[in-house]
Amino acid sequence: MTDERLKQVSSLRRAMIRPELGAICGAILVFVFFLMIAGDSGMFAPEGIKNWTVVSAQFAIIAVGACLLMIAGEFDLSVGSMIGFSGVVIAILSVHMGWPVWAAIIAAFVVAMAIGALNGFLVIKTGLPSFIVTLAFLYILRGLTIWLSISTTRQTIIGGVKEAAVGDPLAFLFGGVIFKDLFQWFGDMGWVGTFTRGTRTGQPIVEGIPMLVVWAIVLVIFGHFLLTRTRFGNWIFAAGGDAKAARYVGVPVDRVKILMFMFTAFCATVFATCQVMEFGSAAADRGLLKEFEAIICVVIGGALLTGGYGSVIGAALGALIFGVVQQGLFFAGAESSLFRVFLGTILILAVIMNTYIRRLITGER
Amino acid sequence: MATPLMEMDNIKKNFGPVIALGGVSFDVFAGECHCLLGDNGAGKSTFIKTMSGVHKPTGGVIRVNGKEVSFATPRDAMTAGIATVYQDLAMIPLMSVTRNFWMGREPRKGFGPFKWIDFKTAHRITFEEMARMGINLREADQAVGTLSGGERQSVAIARAVHFGAKVLILDEPTSALGVRQTSNVLATIDRVRKAGIGVVFITHNVRHAMAVGDRFTVLNRGQTHGTAKRGDIKPEELQDLMAGGQELAELEGSLGGTI
Repeated sequence: MTDERLKQVSSLRRAMIRPELGAICGAILVFVFFLMIAGDSGMFAPEGIKNWTVVSAQFAIIAVGACLLMIAGEFDLSVGSMIGFSGVVIAILSVHMGWPVWAAIIAAFVVAMAIGALNGFLVIKTGLPSFIVTLAFLYILRGLTIWLSISTTRQTIIGGVKEAAVGDPLAFLFGGVIFKDLFQWFGDMGWVGTFTRGTRTGQPIVEGIPMLVVWAIVLVIFGHFLLTRTRFGNWIFAAGGDAKAARYVGVPVDRVKILMFMFTAFCATVFATCQVMEFGSAAADRGLLKEFEAIICVVIGGALLTGGYGSVIGAALGALIFGVVQQGLFFAGAESSLFRVFLGTILILAVIMNTYIRRLITGER
Repeated sequence: MATPLMEMDNIKKNFGPVIALGGVSFDVFAGECHCLLGDNGAGKSTFIKTMSGVHKPTGGVIRVNGKEVSFATPRDAMTAGIATVYQDLAMIPLMSVTRNFWMGREPRKGFGPFKWIDFKTAHRITFEEMARMGINLREADQAVGTLSGGERQSVAIARAVHFGAKVLILDEPTSALGVRQTSNVLATIDRVRKAGIGVVFITHNVRHAMAVGDRFTVLNRGQTHGTAKRGDIKPEELQDLMAGGQELAELEGSLGGTI
């Protein structure tokens, strides 16, 4: 019963038509664009590359969580508030209460993931849209963060984490830099610029790969593998594609969704910890609007807002586009407010293209 | 007489004050197709959800191979060999045929906690099972959304059969299909029955039921109106029983017996 109306598809077309196609095209376009308008501004020199790589990696870390959650059919609007909250928890515990930094970091992860689980639990038990439940937590967590910060230290910015973190094993995992020797060698070979003055003379300007970037890469690979290769990944797709149908064949949909809320909280805390270690301080207003930026990355990457379809690689490319555009406009000397115009335009174009591609793949009408 | 594969004895189900099922008895033997007929609202859905472990009965006994069982979840029912193919919930259209086929029972390889889906095996078996159902897939990782309604039903049936279903419950598999797709699905039911599986075919279409059914039970307002063997009952009588008798007979008269 081969349907004669099904066209034979060439292997090239098959390789091309994938969820990430829109994001791949977008990324190429963005790079070409900035090579043209900001090619000689230092954006593509080692220091410039490090600059937008770090920004993209920040987006990527929270986008991986948001992506898996969105594919599982839910949203988390509390990501931004969670970032502020986790950061302040680390700072209060380590600086104000005198805990070792590693213990403060672990505590922040535990608390954040517990709140993620609570988010998921409320969504599952009440049957309310996650949009509403996590919107409530956007406010609750932000308010709690400011209150905690002011009631313990009388300020909304808590410094001194860097001093407390010296020699801490876990702090390095989030704020450290790896491959220093390699980059020193790059510097000696003249591939990376070196400082010519001051105390760091002879050291490369880019001293290595920040752990933030390592986290982003690890999370993207982990997320991609989990989603496309494992049984649990199949359940993530199923939970978002049709929760009822999934339940009927024995997929533990509730567990999958709650775990994804926890994973999103985990990613937000990774982001927060890296930021606290980098700045040496936590601030109650950190992470503002990050939830939407994460969702934008995910949607540019080809995920369907209603769940059941998407790609972690796509989300990572979305984050790359986001970072390159934000920093590229800075390098190009453009008015910074134009960044939002540019971003909005990319968002619409990417989603139009993604919708078209998705229809090709899924036969959806 | 042989023991039925599955036996529902005097099943009652209340939702609050509403009596959805008021004591329904039903059984299915190996290699037969037992049709459950009923109009909309007759309690068909509640009944099959009770059979498949989605609902717990308020009263009555379920027996599988003569042994009394109680299903806490749909998974329990599946483990006992009771597979259900729902009308519109059979498949997730955004996902590939393979992913749908194996959902919840993905074949894995790897070591220790690091296990991943064995897609090579999964694709191959999906392809073979589909071919056995008379569907030649372009590729096993094409999305289910690209299949027709009848093909989706067949994928779901093939899945149930592959995973060792002894009783296959089909919830109105033909109600949304065109003529040719319907005959494909009916042919599939026939094939499955011949393989020794007990088929429970839920429908409100008497003609579809007559085409493959061995026995017929009519459900009306949460009650059964008895079970008839093939040849003992005429389509018109079934139709009357489903509608609760008189009115439809008159209506049918005015329509010239075309319903």
